[in-house]
Amino acid sequence: MNKPLIATASLAGCFGCHMSIMDLDDRIMQLIELVEFNKSPINDIKELSKECDIGLIEGGCANSDNIRLLKEFRKNCRVLVAVGECAIMGGLPAMRNNNASISECLQEAYIDCVSVQTNDEGLIPNDEELPMLLDQVYPCHEIVKIDYFIPGCAPRADLIWDVLTALISGKKMELSYECFKFD
Amino acid sequence: MSILITINGCEYRAEPGQSVLETAKDNGIYIPTLCNYEGIKAQGCCRLCTCLINGRKTTACTALAADKMVVETNTEELEWIRSTIIELLFVEGNHFCPACEKSGSCELQALAYRYRMTVPQFPYSFSAKDVESAHGTLLIDHNRCVLCKRCVRWRPEPEAPGWFVFANRGHEVRIRFAHERAADFDKSLAQAAMDICPVGAIIHKGRGYDIPIGRRKYDQLPIGSDIEQIGGGHE
Repeated sequence: MNKPLIATASLAGCFGCHMSIMDLDDRIMQLIELVEFNKSPINDIKELSKECDIGLIEGGCANSDNIRLLKEFRKNCRVLVAVGECAIMGGLPAMRNNNASISECLQEAYIDCVSVQTNDEGLIPNDEELPMLLDQVYPCHEIVKIDYFIPGCAPRADLIWDVLTALISGKKMELSYECFKFD
Repeated sequence: MSILITINGCEYRAEPGQSVLETAKDNGIYIPTLCNYEGIKAQGCCRLCTCLINGRKTTACTALAADKMVVETNTEELEWIRSTIIELLFVEGNHFCPACEKSGSCELQALAYRYRMTVPQFPYSFSAKDVESAHGTLLIDHNRCVLCKRCVRWRPEPEAPGWFVFANRGHEVRIRFAHERAADFDKSLAQAAMDICPVGAIIHKGRGYDIPIGRRKYDQLPIGSDIEQIGGGHE
């Protein structure tokens, strides 16, 4: 039997959840015995080359490219898992949702912020190569169907291990209290 | 006169004037609540303690124990109502747990852990709410406030005026300092206000993140474990 295929992606996240996957430590060796990785920042494979069994999504959707990638994952992954607070509820990027418009955010980031020192012309990047920012940051499950959610910022490595081994072996997820956290 | 009350099929003795919630607590049965706090008059704001009392859905914090009363605290429907209320509170406010000073010691978060809420079933509202940071010792973050009214009902003495009030109406209700009471908040009163708040809406400035992860109030054991240990674990 072929090994299950796993793909991972980071959308509007900080890569902390991927760091938490690395935090599996020596269990990474067990994991690569159990599964084969397709597209992932961990192995630097840039594109999905075939249909995968499990897709892990870190981060919410802040721009048009996040949406494209999320939809591509949904189309090509049998089970899609939202990993971490940003994927589940938008997380820190979504702090712009409730009080600031997109133009106010760009104005602050590129023109008004005290750390801006070299933007005398007051330019805001708008090259057509750049993905379009969305009106707000969306949790992944508000864009596509998500099958499982792993909470945490970042999720504890033990929780990721628990969910991954459960998905691979078909055993029940334990979600132990000590590693089920939102922070 | 002794009061005998049946909770989840077992008979317990209650003191006159004791609420159903307190009676259950004294006998090792945990009924989840956000707005109830020892020493503060019960008001039934959060509805989490809703139980079947003589067959009717009633808040256990405001119902006084009466003789021959029959209470059920944990039917499937009641637990569903509770987890739904928790989910509604999470989408109604802006609860960014990773960025909150109260995280780990927050009662709303602890209840979500207890019910293993991975994601609310409702869409997030991302409602526009302010943070008030002008005060010297207190920070008030309306994004996190669940309007439990604990701080509003909190009194130095039973008949004395409180330190906080509710301002506005409907979805615009916010907690505010009571008239000329903002100046009262020295460090010890600010800490007391932060401890009264079940979430991170009232924060004592300069005290954030002072307890390391792993040693905070609800890091190791679910909320209510201390009560359930008394009675030998009614689930």
